[in-house]
Amino acid sequence: MSPRTERLARTWSDPPGLRGFLTTVDHKRIAARYIVVTMALLALDGLVAVDMRLQLAFPGLQRLHAQGFNEAFSLHGSGMMFLVSVPVMEAMAIWLVPLMLGQRNMAFPRLNAFSFWMYLGGVLMIWVPHIANVTPDLGWFEYAPLSGPAYSPGHRADVWAQMITFTEVAALAASVNTFVTIMRLRPPGMTLARMPLFLWAMLITSLMTIFALPAVMLVTSMLIADRLVATHFFDVAAGGDVILFQHLFWFFGHPEVYIIFIPALGFVAAIVETFCRRPTFGYVPIVLSLVAIGVLAFGLWVHHMFATGLPRLGNSLYTAASLVIAIPAGLQIFCYIATIWSGRPRFRTPLMWVVAFIVTFVIGGLSGLMTASAPLDLQLTDTYFVVAHLHYVLIGGALFPLFGAFVYWYPKATGRLMSEAWGKVSFWLIVGGFNLGFFPMHLLGLMGMPRRIYTYPPETGWGPLNIVATAGAAIAALGAAIFVANALLSLRRGAVAGADPWGGSTLEWSTASPPPPHNFDYTPLVKDRTPLWTGGQPQLDGLALDRRELLLTTPVEALPDYRQRSPGPSVWPLLTALAVGAMFVGSIFTPWALVLGALPVGAAVTGWFWPKRRES
Amino acid sequence: MSAERDAGVVGDLSHLPDTAIGPRNLIWWGTLGFMLIEGVAFLLAAGVYLYLRGQAGPWPPSSPPPDLAWGTAFTVLLLLSEIPNRWIDRRARAHDARAVRIGLVVMAVLGVALMVLRAFEFAHLNVRWDHDAYGSATWMLLFLHTVHVLTDLGDTIVLGACLFTRRIDPSHFADVDDNAGYWSFVVLSWLPIYALVYWGPRLL
Repeated sequence: MSPRTERLARTWSDPPGLRGFLTTVDHKRIAARYIVVTMALLALDGLVAVDMRLQLAFPGLQRLHAQGFNEAFSLHGSGMMFLVSVPVMEAMAIWLVPLMLGQRNMAFPRLNAFSFWMYLGGVLMIWVPHIANVTPDLGWFEYAPLSGPAYSPGHRADVWAQMITFTEVAALAASVNTFVTIMRLRPPGMTLARMPLFLWAMLITSLMTIFALPAVMLVTSMLIADRLVATHFFDVAAGGDVILFQHLFWFFGHPEVYIIFIPALGFVAAIVETFCRRPTFGYVPIVLSLVAIGVLAFGLWVHHMFATGLPRLGNSLYTAASLVIAIPAGLQIFCYIATIWSGRPRFRTPLMWVVAFIVTFVIGGLSGLMTASAPLDLQLTDTYFVVAHLHYVLIGGALFPLFGAFVYWYPKATGRLMSEAWGKVSFWLIVGGFNLGFFPMHLLGLMGMPRRIYTYPPETGWGPLNIVATAGAAIAALGAAIFVANALLSLRRGAVAGADPWGGSTLEWSTASPPPPHNFDYTPLVKDRTPLWTGGQPQLDGLALDRRELLLTTPVEALPDYRQRSPGPSVWPLLTALAVGAMFVGSIFTPWALVLGALPVGAAVTGWFWPKRRES
Repeated sequence: MSAERDAGVVGDLSHLPDTAIGPRNLIWWGTLGFMLIEGVAFLLAAGVYLYLRGQAGPWPPSSPPPDLAWGTAFTVLLLLSEIPNRWIDRRARAHDARAVRIGLVVMAVLGVALMVLRAFEFAHLNVRWDHDAYGSATWMLLFLHTVHVLTDLGDTIVLGACLFTRRIDPSHFADVDDNAGYWSFVVLSWLPIYALVYWGPRLL
């Protein structure tokens, strides 16, 4: 290690032991925590799904009763959407964005730490009550009036609503951070037009999050207010309206799908580029279609509400809008196929996940076109057809690319490669098991099997396809177990990766694996979209070695602007999260928690922003 | 130097300034992000109000409209507060420590006065939050805005305390600039809410 690397590493290191654990603002460490917790919950919520599949394997089973089944699909849906899919994409961004930018940290390191602690609060908010048997039981959207005070006494609905508040605060903090990091921390020369597609994807996702998430925070706050202080937002007898709940929920809920899906497109773009040995085909059309998806996603929410009896013109309009989004989505797929077609593809595990993504997502997209049509949707809504569709889109469209991304960047994070052979075994088991598990659900839906039923009589004829679906789930679960084992064992046993095991094109591959605390010794100077393939790697010196400093550049042209002091380890993000968390939990029981709880929050935020003696 | 040549070093950044103010400053962008989030929340809350109005017959359904006096007094004072607020922003950009300290005291006093007026506003809405959906929506709008006034008032007081107890360095001027920008957001976002809460029941 050169003296320069050593000096920088000392400046950017955390304190040792527990103190470092609680105070770290290192984006890699925070992202790693995020990813470990999301993966653990993916496994846990996946097991809940297996539990539901066991219950439905044969007609007439009574092992999980109605209440248990309600709790299972509520835990599974809420967990997968709010605690797994969205946060794992944010976590990948928190880890990758500074590395792809050749930077030493995110724009707001302490906000990053705060985001994770709030997210962890959300995880505890739903799992601790679950242990105490206060599990939410109204699905992942908890529609009013069912979730209102009249029909849901007790605290199950509050637990769900406050879990949302925690995770949305976390997601909004992460999104503002990602947005500003991409806009202001790009290395000199990386103009907007030279950004890797993954950064475009995350820029658009962070803006979408900023515009979509306030809707769900507002609607859950209104629900809590109806339950706690007797407001009447969703109380029809006092002038409230229950459809209003659905409008606000889906104004968030539909963009949410794309908030999960667009980062996955970023992974796909990075993986096809590296494994096809050519720049991704159609950079400009891909960027424009990402923007188009981001905008159109806000005009589709009503297609989740066709069955609520909307005006006919509304149904036609939203049918059309829902069909239109297939154009930019399809365009992307053609660009990725063109990249594979015209490149020199090496079918390593990450690229195989991309191929699985293309096939599965196209199937999910086509069933989406079917459900986008209001008349057909009226037949299919609330049947297993929709369960099949949404899992093809979310697992095929987001999780498969995520698994590919996990294998692709694993060597950068750990310094070792995952086993290719076991990677392929887990790939085939997961992809095969998934299709075996979910394809029959299309047919079950067409046969009329409704969603969210805990059992069914044998004369329905749904038994055979259900046992096939359960077998598929078991096979996919085995594949997932092998995937996890591969990741754990490769930490020690994997082949040593070196800085750039795949021959990548973007800046993260130019630093050591795993990266040192400061990520890069020098500031890279970028001249095109694939800096590592054009060679030379010119660099700039001049940022401080003995204190934490970041380079800020102009938002469009990425010209060097000024050197920004970057904060070091701090316990305030944790203390602030604890204070905010206490206020949220307290407000389940009494509105005074908002008043009394604001005092510790104010104190913690003051501690956070009070200038340190050293700096003044 | 040879190590640097080996590393392909082609330039030096140490001549760059180490602070910036206004849109060049990093914090400005963070505040922009949070203003976007809060702006969307305000828009949606206004949407809720209009949606509920669309579902109702007479508006307000069964209570007199809010008294105009306190809300209008609040609006006038809030608009007037923009004068010292913009002044403080200009003085911060000119690195005028004394003016900035005085300005923050003025803004803190104005903030407290506004909160007193706001308390009277709540008392003269002529509807309780638990009376009907109209009352709930009205209280929600006013509550959301009050949280913003309080947030910026808290920020102003803490910033003031900080600037009176230590030597002011350039990054503090950027904080003052940022605080002033956020106050302008609090002022601007109030105008549509004022229109809805006070004139909605009379005109819609």
